[in-house]
Amino acid sequence: MVIFVSKGCSRLDYLANIVEKAAIEAITRATIYLPPDVKEALRKAYESEVSEASKSQLKAILDNVKLAEELRRPICQDTGLILFFTKVGYDFPGIKVIEKAFVNAVRKATKEVPLRPNTVNPITGKNPGDNTGRFVPYIHWEFTEGDSLEFTVVPKGGGSEAVGLLEFPPPGEGLRAVKRIVIDAVLKAGAKPCPPTIIGVGIGGGGDIATILAKKAACVRKLGTKHPDPEIAKLEEELYEAINELGIGAMGLGGKYTILGIHIEYAHRHPATYPVAVIFQCWATRRASAIVKADGTYSVYQ
Amino acid sequence: MPIYHLKTPLSEDDIRSLEVGDIVYITGTIITARDAAHRRMLTYLKEGKPLPVDLRGGVIYHCGPVVRKTDESWEVIAAGPTTSARMELYEADVIKNFGVRMIVGKGGMGSKTAEACKKYGAVYVIFTGGAAILAAKAIKQVKGVEWIDLGIPEALWIFDVENFGPLLVAIDSKGKNLISEVIEKAKARREELLKRLGVLS
Repeated sequence: MVIFVSKGCSRLDYLANIVEKAAIEAITRATIYLPPDVKEALRKAYESEVSEASKSQLKAILDNVKLAEELRRPICQDTGLILFFTKVGYDFPGIKVIEKAFVNAVRKATKEVPLRPNTVNPITGKNPGDNTGRFVPYIHWEFTEGDSLEFTVVPKGGGSEAVGLLEFPPPGEGLRAVKRIVIDAVLKAGAKPCPPTIIGVGIGGGGDIATILAKKAACVRKLGTKHPDPEIAKLEEELYEAINELGIGAMGLGGKYTILGIHIEYAHRHPATYPVAVIFQCWATRRASAIVKADGTYSVYQ
Repeated sequence: MPIYHLKTPLSEDDIRSLEVGDIVYITGTIITARDAAHRRMLTYLKEGKPLPVDLRGGVIYHCGPVVRKTDESWEVIAAGPTTSARMELYEADVIKNFGVRMIVGKGGMGSKTAEACKKYGAVYVIFTGGAAILAAKAIKQVKGVEWIDLGIPEALWIFDVENFGPLLVAIDSKGKNLISEVIEKAKARREELLKRLGVLS
């Protein structure tokens, strides 16, 4: 039992402060340190790459990751658009304050880390300079049993985002369309999204649902995890092999590793539509998670 | 892979001896420019206004850095390359009119840039995308900044660099375009792969 010894500070204020602190820590961690699964995948790619040109890029990537850790600086100068993927316990006592705490955290992290000011008004071109704005940071809400708040912060880079796409093939084409769209998306993206990338594919739902499923699959799901649906798991393996056989390689210089992984997710669809979304995540797959308990204790992890 | 250490300003001879796949390290001055800066350079040219920087024998870096203002100057926190394809619209004219000898970026550039490299003696080299700290480490000092009204990422940052690299030559002055060749080869495999995946019969 935690007693809130507060001087003019309510339990909600207290939790707001904790959520903000946890979010700042998670943004900082995500920006500077690559998650272990991604680091491991890059190391393995470096070790088994045979193309000299591609290997030189993987070497520079690993050197850069190490330097960022040592100097505590952002891995990449594009510190992204900040996304929060939440899992909120129905009984978490601070639901009311989460959104405000996230926005404050982004403003403070922008100064402290520092982050590059990346939010631009698409109409006026103005940049508020603090990485916030209309609907950003983006917060994806999911609810679950319990009284904790769990969230994953994703600083999503623009170079890889710019080559994503959404298509509505004729439903009769089914999975054949998915395969074609993914292969063509990789060919069109070429070296632009900083390969080796992680590809997220969202199928079904509507255009919006397919896209958010693709984004979550690319940015949040860990490398080395298997999709629980065996058919999807098989499709992922099949496409992983095929894409890497294209030989685009690190930074498009030719090599074995065009992607580190491909993650597919689906939702049931309307009979008349078959949305397919493809989202690219650059090699600098940055994410960190936090769990905030109802009593105000929290931890940040990757 | 042959490794070259070059100093700015670069001469045409320096550049003509480079071939795709070569590794280069640069010491001297490099100047950042993204979309907006390229656009403004060409507007200035049209209006007959001089640029605030001399680009003859120079190096343009496609980069929008993370910087922090200190009391007297600027500190470069992170400075990796941005996607060069966006500058394809302008780069050939910039090479032609301002005497730039080297473009640094990532992701590759198209045939217009490659032709200009061949004709005027320039190269396009890539710095590993995302390797922002490796890049920042080689930047010894911010010598100046121009066109800051374009915003921090879009301004012309003038960097004093030492052994800036590894830079890999992706377009040489002989007409070779390494990344575009790799992508063409990948496209040639499309049909066979789609057949194997059961998409095409």
